[in-house]
This record gives sequence, C-alpha cells and structure tokens, in this order.
Amino acid sequence: MKQENMRVYSHRHIAEQTYELVLEGELASFLQAPGQFLHIKPPGGELLLRRPLSIAKAEPELKHCTVLYRVEGKGTQQLTALSPGDTLNVLGPMGNGFPIAEAQLGETALLTGGGIGVPPLYELGRQLKQKGLRVVSVLGFSDRQAVFYEEQFRELGEVFVATDDGSYGRKGFVTDVISQEALSFDWLFTCGPKPMLAALTEQHKAAKGYISLEERMGCGFGACLACVCEPLSPARAGQTFYKICKDGPVFPLREVKL
Amino acid sequence: MSRLQVELPGLSMKNPVMPASGCFGYGREFAPFYDLSTLGAAAVKGTTLEDRFGNPTPRVAETSSGMLNAIGLQNPGVEAVVAEELPWLGHYDLPIVVNLSGAEVEEYVQVAKCLNESEYVDALELNISCPNVKKGGLAFGQDPELAAALTKEVKQVTTLPVYVKLSPNVADVTEVALAVEKAGADGLSLINTLLGMRLDWRTGEPILANQAGGLSGPAVKPVAIRMIHQVRQVSNLPIIGMGGIETAEDVLEFMHAGANAVAVGTANFSNPFVCKEIIESLPTLLDEIGVHTISQLGRDEVQV
Ligand SMILES: Cc1cc2nc3c(=O)[nH]c(=O)nc-3n(C[C@H](O)[C@H](O)[C@H](O)COP(=O)(O)OP(=O)(O)OC[C@H]3O[C@@H](n4cnc5c(N)ncnc54)[C@H](O)[C@@H]3O)c2cc1C
Ligand SMILES: Cc1cc2nc3c(=O)[nH]c(=O)nc-3n(C[C@H](O)[C@H](O)[C@H](O)COP(=O)(O)O)c2cc1C
Ligand code: FES
Repeated sequence: MKQENMRVYSHRHIAEQTYELVLEGELASFLQAPGQFLHIKPPGGELLLRRPLSIAKAEPELKHCTVLYRVEGKGTQQLTALSPGDTLNVLGPMGNGFPIAEAQLGETALLTGGGIGVPPLYELGRQLKQKGLRVVSVLGFSDRQAVFYEEQFRELGEVFVATDDGSYGRKGFVTDVISQEALSFDWLFTCGPKPMLAALTEQHKAAKGYISLEERMGCGFGACLACVCEPLSPARAGQTFYKICKDGPVFPLREVKL
Repeated sequence: MSRLQVELPGLSMKNPVMPASGCFGYGREFAPFYDLSTLGAAAVKGTTLEDRFGNPTPRVAETSSGMLNAIGLQNPGVEAVVAEELPWLGHYDLPIVVNLSGAEVEEYVQVAKCLNESEYVDALELNISCPNVKKGGLAFGQDPELAAALTKEVKQVTTLPVYVKLSPNVADVTEVALAVEKAGADGLSLINTLLGMRLDWRTGEPILANQAGGLSGPAVKPVAIRMIHQVRQVSNLPIIGMGGIETAEDVLEFMHAGANAVAVGTANFSNPFVCKEIIESLPTLLDEIGVHTISQLGRDEVQV
C-alpha cells in the first residue's frame, strides 16, 4: 500500500454521470489483483474521508490505472473537475481482489455486475481472458443512459446487458438474463448492490466463485471497524468478523452474510 | 532531555502525540506506514469484558469537516486484547494507554483488573463518554456522581494511573472533571465525540444504522479547545487533549489551551501518516514561536 499524488493522464465522460479517469504513477505497479480498489482523497480539500473506487484497468507497464466512477455526491462531483496533468492524492492498492489462480484454461467465467459494480469486472475479465478462459458478461444498469463499457466487455467475450426499465438490452435484473439464457459457467464473479449479490447467491447455490462487497468506509485499511461484515461460518482462522476494506472487498461465495 | 518530551502519570512520552482510541486499532494497521516507536504513546481501541461485534452498518457518515461514527465498541474482549494485541504492540518502544468501557461499574472493574495483570499497559483511560452503546458509557459521563463513583471503584483495583475520558455532551464539563479528580483520577482525556445525526435528504432515513453517532474531526476542534481551557481553569490534573487535531499547529493550540499531551483520531483515516508528520513538524514550529521545550507551553498552576 502506498500514498501517492498520482497524475491525471486522461479523463472522459462515458455515460450519464459516469466518467473514466486514467491515473499515472508508481502506485500502478503495485496492483496485485483485479478487484482491489484505490482510496481517493476528493480534490476539493474540505471533504474529510477518502472515496473507494475500484481499479477497472491496470497497465503497470505504462504506470497507468483506470477508475470508472459515477457521480453520487460531493466527493465524486469534485472528481469531475480534474483535467490531465492535475494530481490526485491516492492511497492504494487496497484490499484483496479476485483470486484467479485456480481458474483454468478452457473454463468459462461468468462476470455479473450492476451499475458501479461493473468497473472491477473489466480488469478481472481481461486477466481471465489472458489466462485462456471463456468470458461471458452480464451487466445490469438502471437505464440506457447509464450503460458504459459495453464495447470493452465485448472484446473479452459475449455480453448481455439488462436495464431496470428495459430501455436498452433486456428488461430486468442480471439474474433474469442468466436464467433466460440458461447460462452455464465454471466460475461466477460478481460485484454490485447487496440485493443483487444475494439474488445471485440464491440462484447458484452450488457455484464456485467470488463476490465483491461495498460498504461505507472510514479508513479503508482496517483501523476503524466501519466496514465490517459477518462470516456465515467462521471460515478463516480465528476471525469472528471480516473487515470489508482489508479482508475483502472480495469474498468467496457463501462466506459472508449478505 | 528531548525538546518534545512530556511526562504524564504512567506515560513518559518522547513527544506529546498519540493516536486516539478507536482510530488506531491496536496498531497493526499502521505498522506498514511508519515505525510505531516514533509515537509518544498509543491509545488502543475501547475494551470491554466480553467480545463485542458492535453496531450494524453503515457505521460512518461524513459531515462538513467531520464524520459521525457508531462503531459500537467492537472489540475482542479484554482477555484476547491482553493475550494477543498488547504483547504485539508492546514490542514497540512506546507507552500504551488502554481505553476501557463497560455497561456497569462491575464490568469496568473486571476489565481494569485484567488489564492490571498485563505488563504492557502503562495507563488506563476510562471511557465514560461513548455515545454508541445502549448501556453504560455516556450515562457515566453525564452524571458527576456516577463518574466519581466509577473512578473510585476502578482506582481500588488497579495500580495503573487512571485517566478519565470526558464527554462533551454535558452542560458543564468542569463538574464531571472536578468530581473525578476528587475521586482520585490521575488525569483527564477530552473530548470524546459529540452526539450527532444525519438523514438522507431523499428518503429522510438516518444514514447510520444506529441512527445517531459521535461527531469527530476538525468540526469539533473549537469545542475541544473551549472545554480543555475551561477544565484547565479549575484543575491541575494532566490533560490529554483531543478533538479534530490534524496538524502540528493544532497540537500547539491544544497545549496552549491546557493540554499536556494530545491524541489524534479521525485524521489518521484519511492520512495514515498524520501522527508521524505532526511529530516531525513540531520542532520547527517551536522554533518559530521561540519556545525550546514543548512542556513549557500551557498555563501556570491553578490556585485551588
Ligand atoms: C470497494 C468499493 C469499490 C467501489 N468502486 C466503485 C467504482 O469503481 N465506481 C464507482 O462509481 N463507485 C464505486 N464505489 C462506490 C463509491 O465509493 C461511492 O459512490 C462514493 O464513495 C460516493 O462518494 P460521494 O462523495 O460522491 O457521495 P456521498 O454520498 O456524498 O458520500 C458520502 C460518504 O458516503 C460514502 N459512500 C456513499 N456511497 C457509497 C457506496 N456506494 N459505497 C461506499 N461508500 C459510499 C462516501 O465514500 C462518503 O464517505 C465503490 C465502493 C466500494 C466500497
Ligand atoms: C471510528 C471512531 C472510533 C472511536 N472509538 C473510541 C473508543 O473505542 N473509545 C473512546 O474512548 N473513544 C473513541 N473514539 C473517540 C476518539 O478517541 C476521539 O476522542 C474523538 O474522535 C475526537 O478526536 P478526533 O476529532 O481527532 O477524532 C472513536 C472515534 C472514532 C472516529
Ligand atoms: S474502513 Fe476502516 S476498517 Fe474498513
């Protein structure tokens, strides 16, 4: 983990209230696994807490890493003012990402994400594809305007898009698409709102895979206990609870209470 | 003697800066950032008799220049703290303050007894000001008689110096300060967090699952300065001052108000290096105001 003033390499609007921000710095060489996040100090100065944003793409050879963010409140609003050359105070990489060592050549990975849960799946998909897995993505958004990175995911493999209101792709939730298409897979990787994670876990009771959780954070590195969740069974040695920021944000399916 | 050295009961500090209870865990998370022996001391997370999971999430909410927290004293219980956490932190060269809490007087007493057995504890800090637990905590901090009775009971079972951590959620902080002083407290810590609440403007729902929480960060600094200043008018007890400290300048402001040492809480979250950076900046600041040793700062003795 490092603290660095990273340089904004590029910044562009990619969907309604959604931006792609490419940062440049040493920190980009420290990324260990897809699903890790950056803890970003809002550049305006007056906000106290950092904001967690997932690493959507890592290019260590260029010292670049990309985050995709949606404007939710003051912190993300402040990011929109950044221009190339500006600096941004970043702590990272934080947390444990998706372990992909066990995924084998020729297997199929299903990536499912909703809204701002989509970004970490992109780097994950890139790495899985590179390992020779077949990548299928099911991405859920609120409506047509919110859809982003569909093309990029298409480069990794087959893509299904669902929108809550049916204004683009299928109408409904990612779980609906999975059952309509009778998608089969060896690995399930997912990131998004808790109800979606719960529905997916329910739908695939025996699947192998990982989920990535979101929670409001104080520190992001395990010191404040703001972000805890409960294990379903005491899985890891001696732990009665998990810190999402440090033990997660990625957990094996069925390891934590949703 | 180093110019930053300060001496408080049980705490021989190479500088007046310690991380505040609840904002430092037991130190493990900060060890990758800097050498913990740099610190003047460390106050570790509030400890109770049994392990506690704490409150449901969300447990934090940002506010203007501050944050609300309702962690709910999550901790593994005093036995585990003594067995696993303190020996780890004890390897560093720094005095350790253990913050403790309870639902009843008896629980504080039991925890204090256990802590007395540990060779790694240098002082106790009685948390009578936690706004985030249903029983005990704040109730003791808002009633001078209860606070005094608790202090007396704990003093009876420990040989360690006892600091009492005062709540700002009172009409007159000096009443509680004087009551615990009379009851035998060796020092005071102030302030704990101010009770607060935030709602989602769209739905009207509280942002914290616990509904209300404790406000900390720069927003509370003037309240802390005022309360320390008030207490210093009436008491000569050593004071560990805290509330919104972010810079070395803040530290000197607290010491001018009457603090003998300080604790840094919330600022550790956005800048994990903050304590180390503050400590490094202190000598230059002292030069700037023409003060040689930091312990010279603060008010003269009160005539009581
Ligand atoms: C591990 C992780 C990865 C994330 N990755 C992404 C991503 O790649 N892209 C993206 O757009 N968003 C992501 N988020 C959500 C993002 O952190 C929030 O949308 C953002 O913090 C909102 O800040 P704000 O100041 O704009 O909103 P405000 O609502 O004003 O924020 C107020 C406070 O609440 C916190 N907060 C608000 N919403 C969330 C949330 N959903 N999760 C956690 N904290 C929240 C903020 O951090 C801040 O402390 C991620 C969250 C987590 C926990
Ligand atoms: C997340 C969090 C947890 C805290 N936990 C404790 C605790 O366990 N015991 C305690 O006495 N104070 C606790 N506090 C209060 C701090 O020690 C400190 O008194 C207060 O936050 C004011 O300082 P600050 O503004 O620098 O944070 C906690 C504060 C925060 C923000
Ligand atoms: S955010 Fe502080 S422990 Fe996870």
